[in-house]
Amino acid sequence: MKHIISALVENKPGVLAHVAGMFAARAFNIDSLVVGRTEDPQLSRMTIVVVGDDRVLEQVRKQLARIVPVVKVQDFVGQPVVARDLMLIAISAPPEKRSEILSLIEMFRGKVVDIGQKFVMVEISGPEAKIEAFINVCKPYGIKSVARTGTIAMPRHAKIEP
Amino acid sequence: MKSKSRTSADSASQITIKTGAQIIVDTLIEQGVETMFGYLGGVVLPLFDRLYDAPINFVIPRHEQGGCHMADAYARASGKVGVMVATSGPGACNLVTGLATAMMDSVPVVALTGQVRTELIGNDAFQEADTTGITRPVTKYNCIVKDVKDVARIIREAFYIASTGRPGPVLVDIPVDVEVNKCSTVGPDEMKLPGYRVRTKGHAKQISTAAEAINKSERPVLYVGGGVVSANGSPELRALAEKAHLPVTMTLLGLGSYDQRKPESLDMLGMHGAAYANYAVQECDLLIAVGARFDDRVTGKVETFAPHAKIIHIDIDPASIAKNVSVDIPVVGDAKVILGELVKQVEYRERKRWFSKIAEWKEKFDFRYDQNSSTIKPQFVIEEVCRQTQNDAIITTGVGQNQMWAAQFYKFIKPRQLISSGGLGTMGFGLPAAIGAQVAMPDATVVDIDGDHSFNMTMTELRTAVEYNLPIKVCILNNGYMGMVRQWQELFYGKRYSKSYLSNPDYATVARALGAVGITVDKKEDVPKAVKQMLAEKKPCVVDFRVEREENVWPMVPAGKSIDEMSGLDILERLI
Repeated sequence: MKHIISALVENKPGVLAHVAGMFAARAFNIDSLVVGRTEDPQLSRMTIVVVGDDRVLEQVRKQLARIVPVVKVQDFVGQPVVARDLMLIAISAPPEKRSEILSLIEMFRGKVVDIGQKFVMVEISGPEAKIEAFINVCKPYGIKSVARTGTIAMPRHAKIEP
Repeated sequence: MKSKSRTSADSASQITIKTGAQIIVDTLIEQGVETMFGYLGGVVLPLFDRLYDAPINFVIPRHEQGGCHMADAYARASGKVGVMVATSGPGACNLVTGLATAMMDSVPVVALTGQVRTELIGNDAFQEADTTGITRPVTKYNCIVKDVKDVARIIREAFYIASTGRPGPVLVDIPVDVEVNKCSTVGPDEMKLPGYRVRTKGHAKQISTAAEAINKSERPVLYVGGGVVSANGSPELRALAEKAHLPVTMTLLGLGSYDQRKPESLDMLGMHGAAYANYAVQECDLLIAVGARFDDRVTGKVETFAPHAKIIHIDIDPASIAKNVSVDIPVVGDAKVILGELVKQVEYRERKRWFSKIAEWKEKFDFRYDQNSSTIKPQFVIEEVCRQTQNDAIITTGVGQNQMWAAQFYKFIKPRQLISSGGLGTMGFGLPAAIGAQVAMPDATVVDIDGDHSFNMTMTELRTAVEYNLPIKVCILNNGYMGMVRQWQELFYGKRYSKSYLSNPDYATVARALGAVGITVDKKEDVPKAVKQMLAEKKPCVVDFRVEREENVWPMVPAGKSIDEMSGLDILERLI
């Protein structure tokens, strides 16, 4: 089962290496890992998507919490969350296909962020399934390049953390 | 002692200007460091200059690995934090085995390493290594200090992290310019550890549930690990076992926490543990694990471990609980505190049938060896050391057969008496560990029960013992083989002794060349006399016992088997 783990960590050098190293050393599989700053300059948030059974996830949570610069660990499984990925995708778009592609982009509420003679670059965000679906509909036109973030998430009715 | 500010103008404001090196030394003293270990090198010269006349007893090993094991054993023997200093690059790299050993066995060690100048980091400078990167997986915590203002705070944090919660090694990497730079210090800086919390007090409801389970149990077993030793929980453990009347089995690192001469002691369990301990675990209805981590050398095939038992697991590390087995009653907290709470809530039960069954197993499957053999049996040497030291010596070991026989045939009576590399299984640990233990406990008799190949790995440290007049004793159980791997090759690889022997030097001559006393014993009847002489020596003493070459450690749970599927029980029975 897929779990989204959110870890608040101290914003200092070596923390990412420590977390990534722990996952590798204990043979836990990371689907994605995103790090970014938070409202507090001392803290960063890591959002980690992990697949595993309950036993594995219990260990993932405990082993994360055990790392000294990791301040707080939450597993969002079973609670309503807003989870989003962001993707930049360059799709091959010759003039005769362009309007067709643009309407697809609109349907997915994507945004054209760059356009060349033969391609368009689109920014699109949403739940992972939507991103996957967009990639699938773009395939027939030819995908030049894809860059994706992993998932970031926040529980609904989130308690604002101190 | 503290270097005063040169300008006397600000003396009224109580601000002192100190170098990073001076701050390191002052903070070590503030943390109560009386003894430390370390090896010099280029980038730690400013620090060593400040140590020149510091009131700290300093021990220089012959190799940084040895020094790290010494600091580790110093901590295990004394309960204090062991401190080791090394230079950058190769010095730091040589600490890795020592740190990993301390990490696996949860030993509080603070390692300080020098680093190249801050502006050179990442440039492949001379003697540069990514020390924090290399040591991250083998430390509880590590960091690099880049500002002299942070030195005192980070060293305080290092001692705090190393010695609290589940103890472990912490490394602080200090670039040479940070040692040289100056800053004014005004009082103690607060620690900044928002992610580090220690739960010592157990959950009251969980403790009372555990006590109820103990009171109800017909066939309980206490399974005790190194956590009880490091929490100084031995008195509470004894009180619990006596008040509730519980049999006690110990892991290798738990040995000493319960007096093995007492009838409740089931000695060590696991792969080379006592058959009576393994049977008791497999038949118990309640297993009370305290400060133990259900390591594979203890559980054997984990699916069939303690199949009839409800499991109580008391541990300070939440990640240890339910890692390898599922637990019915988890209690997170300090072993000493929780055992103390349990003592209040348990009741005495006779459990006559359970204890008589255990007594039967004990009689049938006690650890035995052939006492009539004409050769020197390694077990005989250990029994003789145990007898002549009246169960009261500090024993260190190498790794392999020597270690298992020491655990089987020396009967420990108090905590911190056995110092052995359990988790990592570091060959070469015994000799430097004996030195570290003797430094910590100058009046104790310290005996390293070692294998020839384990001893070969770090024997250069014998000169360290000579240098500092440490009267350690080394018993080499010399069978000419890497004994434990030879045993596995005999049993599982059709006796093909592939690469498991090397020619050894004459250890008595080596010992004498290094300034120690050297004795060779090749006759069984000479063993008691040699042990007596060894114990009487005031100088470090090495005794080379030429033991039976192909003796095996029994019983043995083959890899992947349940712990009641032991080999060698027929051999033990035949020796009754």
